[in-house]
Amino acid sequence: MKHIRNFSIIAHIDHGKSTLADRLIQYTHLVEDRQFRDQILDNMDIERERGITIKSQTVDLPYVGKDGVEYELNLIDTPGHVDFSYEVSRALASCEGVLLLVDAAQGVEAQTLGNLYAAMEHNLVIIPVINKIDLPVANIEGVKNEIDQELGLDSDLAILCSAKEGIGIEDIFHAVIERVPAPTGDAEKPLSALIFDAHYDPFRGTIVSCRIFDGTVKPGDMIRLMYNGTTYKVEEVGVFRLPREPKKELTAGMVGYIIAGIKTVSDTRVGDTITLDNNPIAEALPGFIEVKPVVFSSIYPIASDDYPSLVEALEKYKLNDAALVYQKDSSAALGQGFRCGFLGLLHLEIVQERLEREFDQSIIMTAPSVQYRFFLNDSSVVEVDNPLYYPDPAKIRKSEEPFIKASILVPERYVGVVMKLCMERRGVNSHLSYPAPGRVEITFDLPLAEVIFDFYDKLKSVTQGYGSFDYEIIDYRESNLVKLDILVNGEKVDALSILVHHDNARERSLRVCEKLREEIPKQQFKIAIQGAIGGKIIARSTISAFRKDVTAKCYGGDISRKRKLLEKQKKGKKRMRMVGNVEIPQSAFLAALKTDDE
Amino acid sequence: MSNQVLPGLYVHIPFCKTKCPYCDFYSITDSTGANTFLDAVITEAGLYRDIYQEFDSLYFGGGTPSFVDDKEFARLVSGLQSLFVFSPHTEITVEMNPDDVTREKLSLYKSLGINRISLGVQSFNDKELVFLQRRHTAAGAKEAIHLIQSAGFANFGIDLINSLPGQRAKNWMKTLEEASSFKPAHISCYQLTINGATPFGKMVQEGALKLPSDEKQRNFFLSTSHFLKERGFIHYEISNFAFGEASRSRHNMKYWSHVPYLGLGPGAHSFHNNVRWWNVRSIEQYLKALSIKEMPVEGRERLSSEQLELEKLFLGLRNLEGVEISDTPCESINEVALKRLIAEKLVEIHDGKIIPTTAGYLVADRLPLLISG
Repeated sequence: MKHIRNFSIIAHIDHGKSTLADRLIQYTHLVEDRQFRDQILDNMDIERERGITIKSQTVDLPYVGKDGVEYELNLIDTPGHVDFSYEVSRALASCEGVLLLVDAAQGVEAQTLGNLYAAMEHNLVIIPVINKIDLPVANIEGVKNEIDQELGLDSDLAILCSAKEGIGIEDIFHAVIERVPAPTGDAEKPLSALIFDAHYDPFRGTIVSCRIFDGTVKPGDMIRLMYNGTTYKVEEVGVFRLPREPKKELTAGMVGYIIAGIKTVSDTRVGDTITLDNNPIAEALPGFIEVKPVVFSSIYPIASDDYPSLVEALEKYKLNDAALVYQKDSSAALGQGFRCGFLGLLHLEIVQERLEREFDQSIIMTAPSVQYRFFLNDSSVVEVDNPLYYPDPAKIRKSEEPFIKASILVPERYVGVVMKLCMERRGVNSHLSYPAPGRVEITFDLPLAEVIFDFYDKLKSVTQGYGSFDYEIIDYRESNLVKLDILVNGEKVDALSILVHHDNARERSLRVCEKLREEIPKQQFKIAIQGAIGGKIIARSTISAFRKDVTAKCYGGDISRKRKLLEKQKKGKKRMRMVGNVEIPQSAFLAALKTDDE
Repeated sequence: MSNQVLPGLYVHIPFCKTKCPYCDFYSITDSTGANTFLDAVITEAGLYRDIYQEFDSLYFGGGTPSFVDDKEFARLVSGLQSLFVFSPHTEITVEMNPDDVTREKLSLYKSLGINRISLGVQSFNDKELVFLQRRHTAAGAKEAIHLIQSAGFANFGIDLINSLPGQRAKNWMKTLEEASSFKPAHISCYQLTINGATPFGKMVQEGALKLPSDEKQRNFFLSTSHFLKERGFIHYEISNFAFGEASRSRHNMKYWSHVPYLGLGPGAHSFHNNVRWWNVRSIEQYLKALSIKEMPVEGRERLSSEQLELEKLFLGLRNLEGVEISDTPCESINEVALKRLIAEKLVEIHDGKIIPTTAGYLVADRLPLLISG
C-alpha cells in the first residue's frame, strides 16, 4: 500500500488537463509511442473536438521512483465541466492528492477556484502545476502571484511544465510520489469501496471503477451495493492498465475495477458504497447524493417513422450514461418522443450530439426547461419540468423556480458588461471581490432558467472569451411564471410551449413568431402565428398566402432540373409536421427552439 | 404512349446576331464557324442512326436559326433528311427573329419543307423591345408577320414575354391584342424568368432590376389566359396557347409526355429508353468531340421508375393532357389531398384524368407536392 498513490488532475477547461494526462501515460510506456493517439483518455470524438473530458477515466501508471521502487500511481481523470461536478467530487474522494493545473497564459479561472475548494473539502494534498510555460504569452510570474494570492497556495512549490512539449513531467511524477501521501486502510476490515465511475462494455457489462478504503474483494465474492441493496457475484477484479489488467484481488488503498454481471451503468450509483454481502460494513461511506437532473427537454425523431430507431438508440446510449433519465412523451405536433432529464445544458448538448453522430438519429429537441414548483390552492405542491403539465393557472397560489449561485471571474474591464448581463437575466444579490489586482470575482444569484437560455454564450461574447463561469444550485425562489403557447392558425403547437418568467414572455414569443415566419413556407392560405398566455395574444406575425409558384418554361434540361428540385422538396416534406392544416418544416422547429440568435 | 408516337428531333443553332440579356440558352455571337458547326451537327446526327430511325417533328431552335446563312441552312436540312426518315406529315419548325424574315428566306424554308414558323416577337411595344435589347421594332415584327402570312405559312406562332420590370398591364394587353389580331395558330406567353448567369440575373442580384410582385405576375397570367381563351385559343400548357387542337406544338408536347427525342448541338438534351443525356455547352468542346466522331455528351441519367413517375406527374400537371389516375401509383396521389385541390379549384377530373385548371397552372410547381398529400 505504501507504494500506491491515488491522485487526480483538476483544471479549468482548456488548461491542458488531458494533454498532461496523455503525457504521463506516455512516460510510463503503457502504450507504445507509435500507437499513441493524442489524448488517450478523451476517447470520444466530441471530447476531442470540444477539448473537454466528459466521461472520467482512470489509469494505473507504473513508475520507478528515485528510490528504485516501482510505484502504482493511479491517475483518476475527472470530467471537466460544472455539469458533472458531483462525479468530480466522488473522484476526488477517491484520492489523496491532486495536481491543480493552471494555464501559464490564462491564469486562475472560476473553475480553478471551484476545483481548489472541492479538493480542500476532501483534505487533499494540492500540488500546483503551471502548464503551457512554452507559450510565448506565458506569464509565469503573474500566475505565481495568482497562486499565492487567489489560491492561497505556496507558489514556490509549483511545478513548471509544458505537457505539450514534455517539460517538467519527471518533476510531476516525483512530486506525486513525495508529496501525496500513501493511502491508508485496513485490508482485514469489512469491505468498503467507493464507486466513483462506471462504464459499459458490450462484452462484460458494467465495469465499476472504485476505490477500496478497507477490506479486500476478489472474484467469487458476493458484493452488495449499499444504496439499493442489490447483490452481485464478482467475476473479475483488476487495475486500469491500458488495457485492463485482471488481479487476484483488490485490497485497501487500491483503485481498480470490479466486473460483476451488472447489466447497465444505471444499476450502479456513483458515490455508492460496495461492501461484501456476508460481511457488510455498518454504514456506507459519507457523501452519497443521488444525482438529479436539472435541465429537461423532449426529444422527437424528425420523421415519425424513426421513432423505433430512436427508442433503440436511447436504450443503447443509456447503458453508458447513468445521468440521463428519460420517459415517454408525446406531442400533437411532433408525435411520440421522450422527455429527458440532464445534469445541465452541456450534458444535454452532449446527449444530442452523440445521438446524432454515434447513433445516426435525426432529432428535434424542445426548448430546455428547468423544474418549477407550483403551490396549489389545495395546499399540494407539484413539480413541473414539462410545459405540457403546467397546472391550471387559476389554481396556482405560488410559483417557484430554481436559483443558482453563479461565480464569474473576469478581468476588471469587463465588470460592467457582466453586471449588465446578469441583471438582464434577473440576477440578484451581486457581490464583487478582488482576488488579485486587475481581476474580479462576481457572484450573482441567478434563475437557472436564465442560465440555460444562452447565458454562457452571451457571457463569452461580452467578455471576449475572458470570462469564466462556475455555478451551483442553491435554492428555489418565488417567481412570476406563465406558460407561453405558440399558435399556428389558431392551433396550439404544443412542442413550442414554454414556461417562462412573465417579464420575458413577450420578447420570447416575438422571437419565436419571427423565426417561424421566416421558416414556414408560404402555403395556399394566409397563416397567422401567435404567441399567447392563456387566451391573451401577446405577439403575432403573418405569412401571406403564395399567389404564384410556377416556372414558365419546361424543355429538355429543365425537366431534370425540376425533377431534382421536386425530389428534394419531397424529402423535405417527409420532415414536415402538420399542425391543423399548416405544414411546418423541421427547420422551423429547430429555428424556433434554437436559443442563440447569432 | 412512347411506343405509338414517333420521336422528335431538335437542332440547337447556337448563333445569335446579338445576345438578349434574359436568355440562358447557349449561344455565341461569332458565327464565322457556322459551316464547320453545321458539318459537326450532321456528323453528330450520323452517330445516332442506330437509335433513331424515324421522326415526325423537327425543330430548329437556338440561338437564332434564322440568323444562319440560307445555303448553309439548306445543307443542314438536306443532310438530316438523308440520314433519317421523316414521316409524311412531319412538323418542321424554325425559330425566327423578325429582323431576319425576308421573302427569299421564307421561300427557301418553304422549299425545304418547313411548315411552321415560331417568331420571337416578345413585345409590340418599342420601349419594351429596347429594354429586352431585341434587334427588331414593333413595326418590324408586324412586317415580318405579314411576310410569313403572305408566304403561305398558316401554321405560325408568336412568342411573347410578360411580367417585365415595371411593365404596365395596359401595355401587355395591347401587345396581346396586336398578336391575336394576326390570328396566329399559336401564341406562347412566357413570364420573364430571371436566370442567375444572365446579365438580367446579375442586375437582379445587384438590386438594379426588380421583377413585378407575385400578385402582379399572377394578374398578368390570369388576364392573358382569359383574353386569349375568349378569342378561341386553348390554354393547353402553362405558357402556350393554340388556336384549335391541331395547332399545338407537336414537338414541344413530346418533351412533356416522355416521348423520345434527340437533341443535336451544344447544350441540347435527348431522351430515349428512360435515359436522358445532354451535350456539352461549349461549341469548342462540341466540335472537338465530333472531330474524332465522339458523342459530345456531357452527362446522362437513367431514370428510375419513381423518377419517371414523378416527372410524369409534374409534367402532366403543366398541360391539359393531365395525369391518368389509373396509371399513377397510389403513393403519388393522396385522395384527401386530391379532394382538397378539387375543392380549391386547382385541378379537375375529366375521363379519369387529373387536369390542372388555370388557377392550378399558377401553382404548378407545387401541385405534385400538394397532390401526394
